[in-house]
Amino acid sequence: MFRYYAWLAVRGLKRNPGLTALMVLAIGIGIGASVTTLTVLQVLSGDPLPGKSDTLFYPQIDPQDSLGYQPGEEPPDVISYLDAKNLLDARRADRQAVMTGGGAAVIPDKAGVDPYLLDLRYTSADFFAMFEVPFLHGSGWTGADDEAHARVVVISRRLNDKLFDGGNSVGRTLRLNNQDFRIVGVIDEWRPNPHFYDLNTGNYSDSEEAFIPLETAIQLEMGRNGTMNCFGEERLTPQQQLTSGSCMWLQYWVELDSAEKHKDYLNFLTSYSEEQRRLGRFERPANVRLRSLMQWLDYQKVVPEDVRLQSWTALGFLVVCIVNTVGLMLAKFLRRSNEVAVRRALGAPRTSIFFQFLLEAGVVGAAGALLGLVLSLAGLAAVRMQPVDYAELAHLNGLMFCAAVLMAVIASLVAGLLPAWQACRVPPALQLKSE
Amino acid sequence: MDIQPILKALRHQKTAALLIAFEIALACAIICNATFLIVSRMERSQMLSGVAESELLRIRAASLDDGEDKMARIREDIAGLRSIPGVVSVTTTQQVPFGQSSWNSGVRTAPDQKNVVVNATTYYDGGDMLSTFGLKLVAGRDFSPDEYYDFDDVASGAVTPSSIIISQTLANRLWPGEPPLNKPIYMGSSDPLRVIGVVETLVRPSIWDDSTAHDCMIFPTRGAPGTQYVLRAQGADLDGVIKSATAKLKALQPNRIVRGAETFTQLREDYFRQDRVMAVLLMTVIVALLVVTALGIVGLASFWVQRRQRHIGIRRALGATRGNILRYFQLENFLIVSSGILFGMFAAYGINAWLMQHYELPRLPLFYLPMGAAALWLLGQLSVLYPALRATRVPPATASRRA
Repeated sequence: MFRYYAWLAVRGLKRNPGLTALMVLAIGIGIGASVTTLTVLQVLSGDPLPGKSDTLFYPQIDPQDSLGYQPGEEPPDVISYLDAKNLLDARRADRQAVMTGGGAAVIPDKAGVDPYLLDLRYTSADFFAMFEVPFLHGSGWTGADDEAHARVVVISRRLNDKLFDGGNSVGRTLRLNNQDFRIVGVIDEWRPNPHFYDLNTGNYSDSEEAFIPLETAIQLEMGRNGTMNCFGEERLTPQQQLTSGSCMWLQYWVELDSAEKHKDYLNFLTSYSEEQRRLGRFERPANVRLRSLMQWLDYQKVVPEDVRLQSWTALGFLVVCIVNTVGLMLAKFLRRSNEVAVRRALGAPRTSIFFQFLLEAGVVGAAGALLGLVLSLAGLAAVRMQPVDYAELAHLNGLMFCAAVLMAVIASLVAGLLPAWQACRVPPALQLKSE
Repeated sequence: MDIQPILKALRHQKTAALLIAFEIALACAIICNATFLIVSRMERSQMLSGVAESELLRIRAASLDDGEDKMARIREDIAGLRSIPGVVSVTTTQQVPFGQSSWNSGVRTAPDQKNVVVNATTYYDGGDMLSTFGLKLVAGRDFSPDEYYDFDDVASGAVTPSSIIISQTLANRLWPGEPPLNKPIYMGSSDPLRVIGVVETLVRPSIWDDSTAHDCMIFPTRGAPGTQYVLRAQGADLDGVIKSATAKLKALQPNRIVRGAETFTQLREDYFRQDRVMAVLLMTVIVALLVVTALGIVGLASFWVQRRQRHIGIRRALGATRGNILRYFQLENFLIVSSGILFGMFAAYGINAWLMQHYELPRLPLFYLPMGAAALWLLGQLSVLYPALRATRVPPATASRRA
């Protein structure tokens, strides 16, 4: 019976090609727009380190003076060198890393490559293990290298390909700002999205091409990227600002493997703030936060509001398309009242008529899904051409693929319910008489 | 024409009429809000900068910050850039309007004030900034040559800045209704800075809140970290000037990296790119929405015409003119669309209220509603025209014989 209905449904669709095309088009466009925007939203609100992210935390403390103090305010997003150093040295977390973005001129040995500016990350030894950075050759540096202000560097696969033709460059030298750095590791492809560990340098930017110890960068006065907020009356030279306790500019992350450790660390931050206050450094009451990675991304409003707004607009549009399809199906099904009346008079029960039309709606949905998928591929290609930092991440994935097909079929079945119900209520005898 | 028979006929096709009305209501609500969003984004991207954008370009060179002879090199660079044909003026600064990075400071108007009045951006004028940028002084004067100092001397405490030029919006915010000249401003320390001049408008880099976009301060400071050059060229092709300026900087110091040069038109375009992308996207949605709605009306109205062929034929036989038939369908569409618009307006306000709550958008101005209504009435009439014209062609005799 199902095969017969399916055959009838396909035949039915062929009968009014214009109306059928309109319905498929409406469902297709609606699905295409929704899937495009929802894919972007899904990609942007993803977890950069699945399985690891709930053990990573971003401590915040408030070291500022009492000027401008307002109770209930959030503590600053970055911390000063002095506090970073104190927290690192206390070693209260399983792992801890301090970091900031920077840049330097790289002067390649290779003939034919001109000096150019490179994005760097200044950080400390635990960075690589904490964020599960995959290595192609070598490894990160050690805590001893941090303390010794060692001239060591970890480079990206891309930089390795560019300067060393993809060979194992561990042990070779990279010249940054007229200083020689020894390469200790080459990172494999690694692009966490969002660029969670430092949101100052672009929420979805690519990861940096080279990593060096923060202490080395400070010692060599290398240029940094990102925000710096200073407080207090003391005037400081740019170099003094870097190592002072009154200029906040560093990101700080800790790894805590259990809920208990999270509680302990939060207590530690509070007692640290109170201790600093007793010493006369902090002037405000202890104000600390210890957000997990995903909480931090949420707090920082990483997903652009425009993207959410676009998704809502597209969903609204989909609803209009569905309503439109309901109307068109109604027109199409009622047009065949005569056919229904004949079949009813010959003994077809209402349910068969109802399911036959619903099946026809399902076929429209399947065709709409196909068109919708093509349109969302085109839509995502258009998104990738946009000059935004998340552009190259916009790709259709398996989940959204299934969602698209499901959405289209459900949308068209919902759209078919009312028309199918109306159609199956056509009275048999009356129509026959009027023929 | 009598509305009564139309309403009676509509009662026989309630479902279809309600569907169209519902579709119109949704379209009305979405279109009003989307148009409002587009207009606000477009307005935002037209934000005043206060500078002579069409004549300006900026150049950033990398090794500018290092070395002992920094100030001498900057002077040399300025002289070199000035000698380029078409360049009328050159200044240095550490940030530019519509740039991505900015220096900011909390501002107070009394030394013992506990809270900052406003957070304003800080431009460092390395000489001739007002004339190069094309800023208009509305009160006071420009910096005199002896007022300029080097950044390093301020940082080390050897010099204490004392004069400052501010924007009119900042002046209004700090001292509403009072003349700002000679008034003191306090930043980090308790040393006052005196306002010596007020410029009409100047926009800040990296605007995070549009209402404070024009709160600016200008200091007579040379050689700050991040120093870049801004060139004003008149009667010359800016792209050509960029090429010669880049070549000139390279010639003056061969191993330096010129990080990029762009015109201010380009800077503005880059800065508001996201807004434009959003506007284009919303426009696409509106067009698609109008097309889908129109096609829906055409489809349903054609169906009605087909179903009512006998009805039309009888009326024609009884003496109704083609014009009567056409107006019948147009009036019918007008009634359905109007009821849709009525609900659409409430929905538009509801959506706007939700957007205001979640996306900090302003209230939808009332005039968007009649405009949206007019657009949908027009759309309805245009879409029903083709089916209605087909209805007028139903021949009276055949129609009454058939069916």
